[in-house]
Amino acid sequence: MIALSDYLILGAILFAISIAGIFINRKNVIVLLMCVELMLLAVNINFVAFSHFLGDSAGQVFVFFILTVAAAEAAIGLAILVVLFRSKQSINVEDMDALKG
Amino acid sequence: MENIYLTIVLVPLIGAIIAGFFGGTIGRKGAHWVASGGVGISALLSLFVLKRFMFDGEAIFNGPVYTWMVSDGLHMEVGFLVDQLTAVMISVVTFVSFCVHIYTIGYMADDEHNWPKTSLAGRNSYQRFFSYISLFTFSMLMLVMSNNFMQLFFGWEAVGLVSYLLIGFWSVRPTAIFANLKAFLVNRVGDFGFILGIAAIAMYTNSLDYAEVFAKAPGLADTQIQIWGDSSWSLMSVIGILLFIGAMGKSAQVPLHVWLPDSMEGPTPISALIHAATMVTAGIFMVARMSPLYELSETALSFVLIIGATTAFFTGLIGIVQNDIKRVVAYSTLSQLGYMMVALGASAYAAGIFHLMTHAFFKALLFLAAGSVIIGMHHDQDIRNMGGIRKYMPITYWTSLVGSLALIGFPGFSGFFSKDAIIEAVHHSSITGSGYAYVLVVAGVFVTALYSFRMFFLVFHGEGPRDEHAKAHLHETPKVVTVPLILLAIPSVFLGYLTIGPMLFGDWFKGVLHVLPEHDTLGIVGEHFHGAGGFILHGMMGLPFYLAMGGLFVAWFIYMKNPAIADKIKSTLSPVYNLLDKKYWFDEVYQVVFATGSRGLGKFLWLAGDRGLIDGLAVNGSAHSVGWLASVVRHVQTGYLYHYAIAMILGLLLLLTWFVFV
Amino acid sequence: MTLEKLIFYVLAAVIIAAASMVVTRRNPVHSALFLILAFVACSGVWMLAEAEFLAIVLVLVYVGAVMVLFLFVLMMLDIDIAVLRAGFIKMLPLGVIMAIAMAAELILIVGPGNFGLEQYAAPVRHAADYSNTEEIGSVLYTVYMYPFEIAAVILLVAIIAAIGLTMRKRPDTKYLDPANQVLVKRDDRVRMVSMDAEKG
Repeated sequence: MIALSDYLILGAILFAISIAGIFINRKNVIVLLMCVELMLLAVNINFVAFSHFLGDSAGQVFVFFILTVAAAEAAIGLAILVVLFRSKQSINVEDMDALKG
Repeated sequence: MENIYLTIVLVPLIGAIIAGFFGGTIGRKGAHWVASGGVGISALLSLFVLKRFMFDGEAIFNGPVYTWMVSDGLHMEVGFLVDQLTAVMISVVTFVSFCVHIYTIGYMADDEHNWPKTSLAGRNSYQRFFSYISLFTFSMLMLVMSNNFMQLFFGWEAVGLVSYLLIGFWSVRPTAIFANLKAFLVNRVGDFGFILGIAAIAMYTNSLDYAEVFAKAPGLADTQIQIWGDSSWSLMSVIGILLFIGAMGKSAQVPLHVWLPDSMEGPTPISALIHAATMVTAGIFMVARMSPLYELSETALSFVLIIGATTAFFTGLIGIVQNDIKRVVAYSTLSQLGYMMVALGASAYAAGIFHLMTHAFFKALLFLAAGSVIIGMHHDQDIRNMGGIRKYMPITYWTSLVGSLALIGFPGFSGFFSKDAIIEAVHHSSITGSGYAYVLVVAGVFVTALYSFRMFFLVFHGEGPRDEHAKAHLHETPKVVTVPLILLAIPSVFLGYLTIGPMLFGDWFKGVLHVLPEHDTLGIVGEHFHGAGGFILHGMMGLPFYLAMGGLFVAWFIYMKNPAIADKIKSTLSPVYNLLDKKYWFDEVYQVVFATGSRGLGKFLWLAGDRGLIDGLAVNGSAHSVGWLASVVRHVQTGYLYHYAIAMILGLLLLLTWFVFV
Repeated sequence: MTLEKLIFYVLAAVIIAAASMVVTRRNPVHSALFLILAFVACSGVWMLAEAEFLAIVLVLVYVGAVMVLFLFVLMMLDIDIAVLRAGFIKMLPLGVIMAIAMAAELILIVGPGNFGLEQYAAPVRHAADYSNTEEIGSVLYTVYMYPFEIAAVILLVAIIAAIGLTMRKRPDTKYLDPANQVLVKRDDRVRMVSMDAEKG
C-alpha cells in the first residue's frame, strides 16, 4: 500500500526541485512563474494526500481554491509580463530594478 | 472686630477692582473717588483699631479666615494676626497711602502729556494708576496682617508685582522698562532666599503658622544641619539669614540695593508710597515679626547688623553726589533703611519699628515735596537747575524743611527720637559687629545732614531757576498736593515726641516682639530714660547731634556760602568722587557679572544645550541617524527579484533547520 | 509490490523527471511542455489518492487553460534566450545544494518515521459507485459557499485585470468603425456644386 509519507516525499522533492529552478533560472521570469506553479503543485499534492488519509474533503476544497487563485495569478502575471515586454523589449529580471534602493 | 479687619483689607481691593476694570466707565473722577474713598475708610478703621489697642486694651486677634488647602498636615490658609505691631503698621500704611491718593489727584492730573497720542497704554492711565495704588494698599495690608508664612509670601510677592507695574508705569519710556525689570530681577534674588527660608521652616516645624512656629522654635535652637559636605550650620542661623536675604531684596540692603534708585523712574507718588514709606519697610517688619526666631541666632543678628550698617553709611555717601532730586531722596531712603536694619540687628526691634513709623511720614513728606517741586519745575528733576524756589512755593518749602530736619534727627523732630534710640541701642549692643556698626551709624548722621541740606539749599535757596521760562511759570502747587504735605508734616514733627515713651520703653510691644534678656539693648537705654523732654536734652549733648549740626553747617558753607569749594573738592578728591558718582560700580559689576554672565550662560545653554544637544543630537540627530542607517540599509534593496526570492528561501531553510534540529 | 504501488512510483518518477527538465531546459517552450507532462502525471497520482474531481480539474484548467496561456505568451514574445541563460552554470551548484538541503530536511520531517503506514493506516477504498465530485460539491456549495463566491470574484477580477493591462490603442492601426459607417449621412459624402458650363 502507498503510505502517506510517499506522497509527502514526492511533494518535498518537487518543492526542492522548484527551489533549485528559481536559483538557476533567476533571469527568466517565465520560467520563474513555472517554478512557482510547480511549488503550488507540490503543496497541492500534500493537501490531496492528507485529505485522502484523514478522510476529510476539506483538503480537496482547499486545493480547489488554490487552483482558482493560481489560475488568476498566472493570468495577471502573464499580463504584466506582456506589458513589461512591450515597454522594455525584454523579460530579463536584471532589467527590472526600479525598486533599487 | 474681625469684620473690621476684613473691611480694612478688602475695601482697597474692591476700590482697585472697580478703578481697574471699570475705569473707562466711571471716568477719572469716579476712579479717584472710589480708590481714595476705599483707602480713606481703611485708614479711619485702622486708626480706630490702633486706638482700641492703645487705650482700650483690645485683645490680640489671631485666627484663620479661610482655609485654602491642607496638604500633608500643612495648613495653607488666609488668616489674620492683629496685635500692636500690626496696628501700627496698618495705620502707617493706610494713612500714608491715603495722603498719597489725595496727592496723586493733583500729580497725575495731566498724565496724558506723558504718553504718545497713539499709545493704547496711555488710555485711562489715570484710572489705572489709582487701581494700582489701591491694589498695593491691599497687598501691603495682607502682608502685615498675615498670621502665617504663606500669606506673608503672598503679600510679599503681591507688593513686588505692584511695585514692578508702577515703576514701569510709563511703559513707553525705555528707562522705566529697564528699571522695573531690574527691580523685579533683583527682588527675585532676594525672594529666592526668602522662600528657601520658609521652606526650611515648613520642613523642620511642619507648620506655616507664626504662633506654632514660634512655639516650636526654641526647641530647634540647638539643631545643626549640614548644607554642604560636613560643615554643620545652626538651623536658626540658616533660617534667619535666608529670610533676611528676602528682606535684603525687598528693603534694598547692600548688595541688593541697586534696584531702588532706579525705581525712581516711576511716578513720584509711587516713590513716596512704595519705595520710601511702606513696601521697602516690609523687610524691616518681617524681621521684627520674626524676632522670636532671630533672637535664637546671634549669627543671623550680626549678619543683619553688619549689612544694615554698611547700607546706612555707604549709600548715604552716594546721596551727596547725586543731582537728581528724587535720587538724592532715594539714597537717603536706602540709608535710613540701613538704620532700621541696624536696630533690628541690635535686637532693638521696637526702635526699628519706631524708626520705620517716623521715617514713613517724613520720607513720604520729602518725596511728595520733591514731587511738588518737580511739578513746579515742569518735570525737571536736576537740582542744579533749581534754586530760590522758597519764594515761589512757600508751603512746599516749609514742609520740606520739616521733613529734612526730621530726617537729620534735629532734636524734637520725630526722626531725632528714633535715630538716637537706634544709635544708643547699637552703642549698648555687644554682639559681633556692633562696634563696626556703631562707628558707621554715628558717621552716617553727619552724612545724612550733609546730603539732606545740600539738596535743600540747592533747591530752595540761592539764585532762582536758571531757566527763565521755568521761573516765569513757577508757582505753588494746588491744594490736593499741599494738603497731604501738611498732613504728613504734622506727624513728622510730633509723632516721635508723643510715642517714644510707650513704644520704646513702655510695654506697647510686650508679648509681640521677643527680646532675650542678654540682647535687651533698649532696656539698658531705657534705664536712663526719663521722658521725651529729657531725651531731647540728653540728645543735645551727644555726639550725633554735633555731627548733624556739623553736616548742616558744612552743607551751608560749601553750597551756599562758597560754591567754589564744591568744585575744588570734587577735583581734589576725584577718585573718591568717581567712586561715589558710579555708586561703587555696583551696577557695572552686576551688569558685567550677572547680566552678561547669565546672558552668556543662556547663550551657551542655547547653543550647546538647545541647539547642540536637543536640536542637534536628539531631534536632528535621530533623524540623521535614521537617514544614515537607511542609506546603508537601502543597498540591501537591489531591486532584483531573485535576491528577494533567495532571501525568502534562505529564511525558509533556516527556519526548517531550526525546526528539525532544535 | 502491488500494481497500485508500481503505478505510483512510475508516475512519481515521471513527475520528478519532468520537473527537473522544466528547470533545466534551455528553451522555455520545452520547459512549458515538460510542465504539462508533470501536471498530467500528477493528475494520475491524484487519481490514486481518490481525488478524481481535482485530477480532472488539474488537466482541464491547468493543462487546458493555464499552460496554453503560458505557451501563447512565450510564443508571442520575442525572447532572447541566450541572455536569459547567462549565469546558468554558475548558479547550478548553489541551486542543487539548496535543493538537496531542502529536500533532505523536508524528508526528515515527512519521512516514513513520522508519516508511515504505522502512523497513518491506509484508508479503506471507497465503493465503485462513490462520487468524489458529489462529495466535494456537497461541501463546496454549503459550508464553503462564501469562499466559493469570493473565488469567483477573484477570477472575474483576474479577467478584467488581464484585459485592462494588455489592452492598448495603436495610433497607427487602420480599421473601420461600423458605428460610424452606419451613422453616415448623404451630406457627409456628396457635395452639390453648381457651375457654369464650359464655353466651347
